[in-house]
Amino acid sequence: MLGRLLRARYATLFLLAAIMIAVPYLAPSAFYLRVAAVVWVFALAALGLTILMGYAGQVSLGHAGFLGLGGYAVAIGPARFGLDPVLCLFLGAALAGALAFLVGRPILRLKGYYLAIATLGFGVILALVFHSESDWTGGPDGMAVARVTVFGTRLAGAATWYWVTAGALLIGAFLALNIEASPTGRALKALHDSEVAAAGAGIDVGRKKLAAFVIGAIYAAFAGGLLAAMNGLITPDAASFMHSIELVAMVIIGGLGSVLGAVVGAAFLVVLPQALTVLQEYEQAVLGLLIMVFMIFLPAGIVPTLRKWLLERLS
Amino acid sequence: MSLLAVEDLGISFGGVIAVDGVGFRVEPGQVFSIIGPNGAGKTTLFNLVTGIYTPHRGRVTMAGETLTGLAPHLLARRGMSRTFQNLQIFFRMTALENVMVGRHLSERTSLLSDLFGLPASSRQNRATRDAARVLLERVGLGAVADTLAGALPYGALKRLEIARALAAEPKVLLLDEPAAGCNAVETEAIDHLIADIAKSGVGVVLIEHDMKLVMKISDRVLVLAQGRRLAEGPPRDVRENPDVIAAYLGDHGAREADRAGA
Repeated sequence: MLGRLLRARYATLFLLAAIMIAVPYLAPSAFYLRVAAVVWVFALAALGLTILMGYAGQVSLGHAGFLGLGGYAVAIGPARFGLDPVLCLFLGAALAGALAFLVGRPILRLKGYYLAIATLGFGVILALVFHSESDWTGGPDGMAVARVTVFGTRLAGAATWYWVTAGALLIGAFLALNIEASPTGRALKALHDSEVAAAGAGIDVGRKKLAAFVIGAIYAAFAGGLLAAMNGLITPDAASFMHSIELVAMVIIGGLGSVLGAVVGAAFLVVLPQALTVLQEYEQAVLGLLIMVFMIFLPAGIVPTLRKWLLERLS
Repeated sequence: MSLLAVEDLGISFGGVIAVDGVGFRVEPGQVFSIIGPNGAGKTTLFNLVTGIYTPHRGRVTMAGETLTGLAPHLLARRGMSRTFQNLQIFFRMTALENVMVGRHLSERTSLLSDLFGLPASSRQNRATRDAARVLLERVGLGAVADTLAGALPYGALKRLEIARALAAEPKVLLLDEPAAGCNAVETEAIDHLIADIAKSGVGVVLIEHDMKLVMKISDRVLVLAQGRRLAEGPPRDVRENPDVIAAYLGDHGAREADRAGA
């Protein structure tokens, strides 16, 4: 029974929904809900990397750039053009997708380290643009984001945002799980293992990689837009290299290619720093140490390791 | 007009001529073997034909259509499949999933349908899975369908690659040492499999070191040495060709080939 459940496609979705319902009961304070909402948002961004890195095996060290793009779209659109913020959320995602499409074509010809450095450069450029185009972006201090109103209701308060972000993550997880089990997902996983053999089977490797890159960018931009709207503020820091690295770390710690892993990884890197603040100046050191310990003892990532352990115990 | 016509193919790497003006023709239902000592340029020739390398000169046509310089995935679309000498397996997938990837060209779903998990994608998945299962049975791997490819023995992986290549329903199938590292029983099975594939009308191009296998199942044999064509013809003629005996088989090899033929 449990074994079948572990293998069912949408089991992750039900587990995730169960956790989302349970959290407000277990931690009923605005602070905890806010932290959880940040987890859902970063998990959504990490899910894009799960598709790009986990399925297709292509690294991106500049993914926070797309996160920033989504955030600034939600900030600039309403402030400068009087557009609806919800519309801007989708516009930002479309813009990120289009940019990924343009940049991805030349960049994705590169492999391994070279791809890593190229995406890193791309992320740095975006962060630099957000930083220096102060007329548009407010410069290093960032800019305020207008409050979002949906059908006449203002989205405000930790609980509201908790459910909005949770819903977005569930949709993101649903799509990622669908892709994984589909012909497209199979093609992505195939080129991850052997590009030569994938091409030999008729898979247009370049196009599939590009599709994964564009989808990943759209995930990140949605997450960035939600983050900016929720915080009421966006700064160039959202697109920083540090955030790109964090996204990659979330995907790897949680378990490369695992949808639930992206969420667990996001929780790990969002919640732990909060919990470790009691250690004051040792916080960063202990966080780094914990990441090392987890990677040494659970190299496949938290979720795949647990899943394998459970399946072995059951059989 | 031949099914596959290779004309005057040539490539050099840093001044070293790896393949020098080699040509051959393959007809439907034929097993065409390429033999030659290590470094003779057999695999390079395969890589030229299948689009991994772009030839410096020469032409590849299939049923009259020029294919020279096309990317591998486009060649696959035109009916060319291959296996690899050094295995190119999707190790993180099960045996069945490996063959399912091979069905890629017959899959008709869109990215959006796949994203939203529409019924079209599920139906396609089922059709792909059923077709892949039949192919696994055909190469004798039905029992290990759900085993991770990474956990399968070498001989099974060789057959898995053949099943994956067949999944694309090729007109031309290029097999690069399908029996390498296989024991006598496995080689026998591959022998039957190749004959069976050819009988279905596929043109099979075979690189193989196992002379017994080559002499038994080939319709024609091309002998390469140092990137050049040394001889070509029916197995018997090639085996008795003095140039081949001298340059490739050597005295010892000639005796062995004789025994194999006897």
